[in-house]
Amino acid sequence: MLLEAAGLSKRFGGVVAVNAVDLGIPPGQSFGLIGPNGAGKTTFVNLISGHLRADAGTIRFAGTDVTGAPPHVLTARGIARTFQGVRLFKGLSAIENVLIGRHARMRTDAVRRLWPRGAPDRADRDRATALLERVGLARHAEALAGELSYGDQRRLEIARALASEPRLLLLDEPAAGMNPAETGRLRELIRALVDEGLTVLLIEHDVRLVMGTCERIAVLNFGRKIAEGGPAEIQGSTIVREAYLGTEDVA
Amino acid sequence: MDEIGDFLSAYSTLIALVGVNALLALSVWVTLYAGQLTLGNAAFMAIGAYVSALLGRHLGTPFPIALVIGAIAAGATAAPLGLTVFRLRGVYLAIATLAFGEVVRVILLATPITGKGQGLNGIPPTTELWHVYVSLAVVAYVLWRVQGSTVGRAWAAIREDETAAASQGIAIRRYKLAAFVAGAVLAAWAGGLSAHLTFSIEPNDFAFTRAVQILVFAVVGGIPNPLGPIFGAALLTALPELLRPLKDYRDILQGLILLLVIIYLPRGLVTVAQLRRTRRLQEIGAADVA
Repeated sequence: MLLEAAGLSKRFGGVVAVNAVDLGIPPGQSFGLIGPNGAGKTTFVNLISGHLRADAGTIRFAGTDVTGAPPHVLTARGIARTFQGVRLFKGLSAIENVLIGRHARMRTDAVRRLWPRGAPDRADRDRATALLERVGLARHAEALAGELSYGDQRRLEIARALASEPRLLLLDEPAAGMNPAETGRLRELIRALVDEGLTVLLIEHDVRLVMGTCERIAVLNFGRKIAEGGPAEIQGSTIVREAYLGTEDVA
Repeated sequence: MDEIGDFLSAYSTLIALVGVNALLALSVWVTLYAGQLTLGNAAFMAIGAYVSALLGRHLGTPFPIALVIGAIAAGATAAPLGLTVFRLRGVYLAIATLAFGEVVRVILLATPITGKGQGLNGIPPTTELWHVYVSLAVVAYVLWRVQGSTVGRAWAAIREDETAAASQGIAIRRYKLAAFVAGAVLAAWAGGLSAHLTFSIEPNDFAFTRAVQILVFAVVGGIPNPLGPIFGAALLTALPELLRPLKDYRDILQGLILLLVIIYLPRGLVTVAQLRRTRRLQEIGAADVA
C-alpha cells in the first residue's frame, strides 16, 4: 500500500468528524472517496495532508509512519493536494504559483542569485511551463492567478500540486463549479496521470465523475466508512443509496 | 562640482538620515513582504545602537566590528523571540512585537551601563556618508535578488495563503523566522550607523513613535519591491525640510500628502506606474500588501 490509514479519528468538540476509518490505497490506483455533505471527507484529506492532527490512528505513507508530520514534510515525501474551494496565491502569476509548487524539489538559490548573471531556476521554470501547457494554461502563464476563470483556477491548482512531483495526489472536490465540458477534460487529465503511475485520491460530490474515473471507491457517512468496493459494487449498494437519499421510511 | 559639494555639506546630516531611515524601512519590509506585521524594529535598532556604542566606549572595539556585533546581538535576540511570537498572526503579532519594544526600552531606562534615562552622550561621529550609502546599496541589491529566489517566493506564498504555502513544502515557521531575524539584523545595523551619526542616544529615541515611523516609511513607499521603502523613507525624511518655508502649515501639508498617498496609491509610491494592476489586485482580493 502506498497510503495506509488505520483507525484514523478526529473530533471537533462533540462532533466526531472522522471515526476510526481504515483505508488503504495501493500505488498507481485512482481511489475515490464519496459521501454526503458533512460526511468527513475533507477532514479526512486534511488528516492525510498534515493540516490536521489525528486524535487517534496512524498514517503510513510508502512504508513510513508519517502520523503527525506537518504538511511541508509530507509534501517533500510525495503527498500533494488541492483544496476544496481553491487556495491559490491570487496576487501572483500563474507561473509563479507553479514554481512555488516546486519548492520542495528546488535547492535554496538565494545565495547563488547574488551573482547577477545567474538564472539557477531555468530548468524549474521550464518544468513549470510544461505543467501549465499540460493543464491548458500556457497562454495564461503571466496572468494573476486570481484573475483566471474558476475552471482555470482549479486546473492551475492541479498544476501547482503536480509541480512537487508527488506520488500521491489528493484532489478535494476538483470538479466543483466546473461545467460538463470542463469536468470531462478533468476526467481525461486524472486518467492520464494515473496511467503515468500517479496515485490519486479523488474526493468528490459529483458521483458520476468518481464512478467514471476511479477503480476503487470508499463511502463515508457521519465520519464512518460505510462501504468500499469497485464502482459497480458501490452503485448497487443499498447502504450507500440510503446514506445519500435517506432510508425509505424516513423519506 | 562646487555646487554639489556645497549641497552635500549643507545637507549632509539630512542625506545621512535619509539613508539610515531607508535601511530601517527595508528592515521592516522583509517581514511585511512575508505578510507579517511586526513592530519590533525600533527595539532592534536600539540594540544595534547601544551595543555598538558601548563596545566602542568601553572596549575600544573598532567601529565596523562593533556594528557587526550589534547586528549579531539583535539577530540573537530575534531568533528566540520569533520562535515565540510567530504563533501569533496579524494584529496580535504586531502587539506582541510592540510589547517587546517596550521591554527593551524599559530595560534601557533602568540599566546603569546604558545611562538610564540620559542615554549615552559623546558617541564619536564615526559614521561617514559613504558607510550609510554603501550599506544601503548592498542591502537593497541583496533583497532585490532574494526576492526572485526560492526564499522570496516562499515569503510571498506565506503572505498570500499560509495554509496553501505549507502544502507546497514550505516550512512556514522557518521562513517567517528567517525574515524576522534578517529584519532585526538590518535594523540593528542601521541603529549602529545612526548612533555614530547623532552624538547621543537615549531610550525614547527607540519608542513606539519610532516603531510606527519605520512602518510608515515602508507602507507609504510600497511593499511590492525593495525600492518602495527607500522612496518612502526618502520622501518622508526630506519632506519636513522641503516644507520648512511653509512654517506653521508644514505639518498640515505633510499630513495631507500622507493621506493622499494612502488613498490614491494604496500599494505605495512605487506602484504609481501600476495603478491598473493595483485595482485588479483589489478586485480579486489578493493579500493587502502584494
